[in-house]
Order: sequence, then structure tokens, then C-alpha cells
Amino acid sequence: MDPRNLLEVRNLTMRFGGIVANNDVSFDVAQGSITALIGPNGAGKTTVFNCLTGFYRASEGTIHLAGDQGCAPLEVGGLLSKPLIGGSYLVARAGIARTFQNIRLFREMSVVENLLVAQHNHLDRNLLSGALGLRRYRQAERDGIERAFHWLRVMDLEEDANRLAGELPYGRQRRLEIARAMCTGPRLVCLDEPAAGLNPREKADLAERIQHLRNEHRVTVLLIEHDMSLVMGISEHIVVLDHGEVIAAGDPQEVKNSPAVITAYLGADDDEEGAA
Amino acid sequence: MDWHILGQQLVNGLTLGSIYGLIAIGYTMVYGIIGMINFAHGDVYMISAYLTAISLAVLSAFGVESVPFAIVVTLGLTMFITGVYGWSIERVAYRPLRGSTRLAPLISAIGISLLLQNYVQVAQGARNQGIPSLIDGVFRVGNDKDFVQMTHVQLLIVIASFGAMAGLTWLIQRTSLGRQCRATQQDRHMAEILGINTDRIISTVFVIGAAMAAIAGTLVTLNYGSFDFFVGFVTGIKAFTAAVLGGIGSLPGAMLGGILLGLFESLFSGFVNTDYKDVFSFSVLVLVLIFRPSGLLGRPEVEKV
Repeated sequence: MDPRNLLEVRNLTMRFGGIVANNDVSFDVAQGSITALIGPNGAGKTTVFNCLTGFYRASEGTIHLAGDQGCAPLEVGGLLSKPLIGGSYLVARAGIARTFQNIRLFREMSVVENLLVAQHNHLDRNLLSGALGLRRYRQAERDGIERAFHWLRVMDLEEDANRLAGELPYGRQRRLEIARAMCTGPRLVCLDEPAAGLNPREKADLAERIQHLRNEHRVTVLLIEHDMSLVMGISEHIVVLDHGEVIAAGDPQEVKNSPAVITAYLGADDDEEGAA
Repeated sequence: MDWHILGQQLVNGLTLGSIYGLIAIGYTMVYGIIGMINFAHGDVYMISAYLTAISLAVLSAFGVESVPFAIVVTLGLTMFITGVYGWSIERVAYRPLRGSTRLAPLISAIGISLLLQNYVQVAQGARNQGIPSLIDGVFRVGNDKDFVQMTHVQLLIVIASFGAMAGLTWLIQRTSLGRQCRATQQDRHMAEILGINTDRIISTVFVIGAAMAAIAGTLVTLNYGSFDFFVGFVTGIKAFTAAVLGGIGSLPGAMLGGILLGLFESLFSGFVNTDYKDVFSFSVLVLVLIFRPSGLLGRPEVEKV
């Protein structure tokens, strides 16, 4: 795969019985970019995310994630079907994290616990050393808490550390979900409609935070979003889906002026469609 | 009112209740994490009773004379082997059915339950088995005619059960493994997406449940001394009742439900009728299901969208 890309999706097709949710979808996500996936409702954007993060096994096609520090690229489908130990948790450990359109925090756990549980890759998970209270285990726990507070500070949630996640106001829950995704130590973070339900001020704040994540914390961002001013403002590359297929891809200007995109969003007059 | 009978039945009820609580933990944790009732759990408890007897017999054949040493070794060994049973049952009978209908693993569980009963019946014989009483001695309060007593075994049962429950609570609330268990219980797919190997967590929960049942099995065997291949059935259903009473899915609920059910049952047999104590316990189950289906400490289930 191209060394400039972090993720390469090729000919991805996802079928649910007779319904084709994604048909022959191919796109790239460049290292260190902010890439957006847009399209009308029901275009199949979330299905793409579900395939990327190992929620679904794609019916056809491949999803390659560049290897970490010069390692060979990983294929997401291969991680899922690995004999005996395969599963979508391996995708997270390979470095893909995500948030959900409808927030999925562990509501009954405190904010800090939500972040600790995401650090499975870093924490010593040996039960015995935990039971014996060994130094290494305690050190790992302290590091985990430190990392959790680091992300709480970045997301400006520090004062909520010990509240239950389910009690937080909506906007803070959204930020906590991003903080939790970051705690897994990802190289690619997939945000599914992060601005849904936020007011204009919160949206502007979110845009700033997403750029901050990419600029300061060197993580590649792939986002699904309906708010066009947010998408056009922060993304460098935009992929447009409609009816499960890629209809356009390029930088914001190209996409904005693409006739296919305008037709998909606004619909075409009957005559125009006839003429085309 | 005979106060000594009340006192005695409270002591008996506490002992019985701790046992129910220990077994109920297995039901409630498994239900909490994968939403199925593990009907083979009572038989896992039965297996542990046999393992206790075998282990004690082997130790005495090797000339071990110290009773505390024999009990500690037996407890450890029984917990380990029963844990292996719990792990294997999940691996063989439930994991392949995950993702199919909700009823499939339930039926598979009943199958495993029958399998274990019949396997023990063939391997160990259908007759009652027993072990000699190892711990004698009682604490007694009152005069010669009216007294309340607690045998040393009963005391051991209460202390060991509360110790095990405290240890488990610590494990679930304070360690990283416990955090992963709670996360998996709340949202398995999300836990998976955060890099938690949820299959391993589910296996761990089965092992913990089986180990708790093994503690109960060892303690009961030390107390009553006799058992057969069918003991797991009634005890299992009683513990299940306890789990429902406390709120299935809730760990403190299972412990509380167990102790309450033990107390109810003892008081009923002390003051009303011994023959109908099982009927009474299962009436509790029916009443809880009618009037408070989410149990004492459980939360009403919210349909996930």
C-alpha cells in the first residue's frame, strides 16, 4: 500500500441478505489527515465505519491499515477471522478507535473508569499480580490514571472525573466518548457524527478540538458528519457516499462543486434527470 | 414465642443463606454478562461436592492428619478443578451458540445439566456418598433445655462465605479485571471495540462462578457429610431463586437474596412447617416475579436500541 496512506479501503461490499448497504466502496485516508465521509441519510456511512472497526465482517473487499512503525500492513477482515483468538478487539489493539452516533458510554461507571477500561493495551492485566498488589501492577494502575487525567484535561472534563458517566450533560458525554477513544492509543480515530445534537458554540469548540487532536496528538481522524460548515471547515479530504457507493471524492472545493454531489443532496428535476 | 428456636433458626438460616448466596453469584454474574440462565450451574456445585470427598479421601490415604491443612488443600483443589469445569462448559456448550437465538444456550445448559448428573451417576454410583465429620465442636448459649448453638462448621461456613464475597466484591470493584467485567456487562460490543477480549472475560466469569460454587460445595459437604448426584438440582434452583430475589444481574443482590432466602426458609421450617419449606421458597420466587420482577437491588431492564 501507498506509504502516505494510513488506511486503504478497496472494493468494500457489505450485504445484509438481499440489501446491499455498501457496493464496491474504495477510498484512502492519508496519514495525519482529517478525512470526512459524507452523504445523505441511509447512504451507508455508518456501515463503512462498522466494517472498519470490525463490528461487521465485510462481505467482500479489503481494508488495510498501515503497520505500526514499519510493520507490515494489517487487514481488518483477517484480524476478525484469525483462528481461536480472532475478534474485533484485535482491531482496537491494532490502532483503530471509534465513537458512536448514539453515545455508548458505560453509564454505570465513573468517568475515570470509562477511560481506564479503554487502556487495556497498556495496563497490566495479570489478575494474580493485581491480587498480590505487586509494585508493577500498582505502577501500571497509576500510569493508567495519569493517562486518563491527561485526556480529561485535553477534553476539559477534569472536574467530572468521579461522576457517573450517565449523569453528565449531553455535550460532555460526547467529549468523554472522544477522550475514551483516545485512551486506547489509536492511530486512526473514527468519529460518527460527533456534532449531532450540539449547539453552534459547542460545534465550533468541537471543530477546534478535532484539529487539536490531529495537530498536537498526531492522530488521523475520519469523521462522518452532516454539518457541512464543520466538514468543509476542518477536513482536507472528503468522500461522498450515496446509495452505498462512492459518488465523489476530493478536497472540499471539488466536492462542493461536483454535480453528482449536488444532485444527491438536493435531488434533480425530472427533466434534468431525463437529459442526463 | 420460643426465643431459643428463633435464635437457632436465625443461625441456621444465616448458614444456609451464605451457601445460597455463594451459588447465586454464579447465576447472577453469568446472567449479567451474557443474559442467559446457566441451568448447569447447580450441577457444577454437585461436581464440587464429589471433588471434595475425593480430595479428602486421597489426602487421608497419603497420611495427611492435620484437618485444617486438608481442608485448605481440598478447597483450593476443588475450586481449581470446578473452575476448569466451568470454563469447559462455556467453551463447549455456550460459546458456539452465541449470536443464535436466546433459547439455544438455555437448552444447551439443560443438556449439560443432564449430562453432568448422568456422568457422575455412572462414574460414582447412584447411591448416597458421604464423608466422616471432620470438625466437631459447638458454641452454645443458654441452659441445658433451651439453647442456641452454632457448630464450628457453621461458623466456618459463614466466615468463609463472607470472606469469599468480600474478596469478589473487591475484585469486581477495584481491579482492572473487574472493570473489564463491568464494562463487558454494560455493553459487550463497545467493550470489544475498546480492545477488551470479551470472550476471555466471559470465560473468566464462568470460572469465577464455578469457583464460588466450589467453595459452597466444599463447605456444605463438610457440614452435612452426605450427597448424591442429584443434590445440584434443588440447591441450584434455590440459589437461582435467591439471585432473582436480590435482582438478577446484581452482585450484591445475589448475596443479599441468598441470605434473605436462607433466613426465610429457616424461619418457615422452624415456626410453620418443615415439609413445606421448598414450597415456601418457590412461592417467594413466584411472588418476586409477580410483584418486583427486577428484584430487590436490580434495575428494570431497559430495552437497548
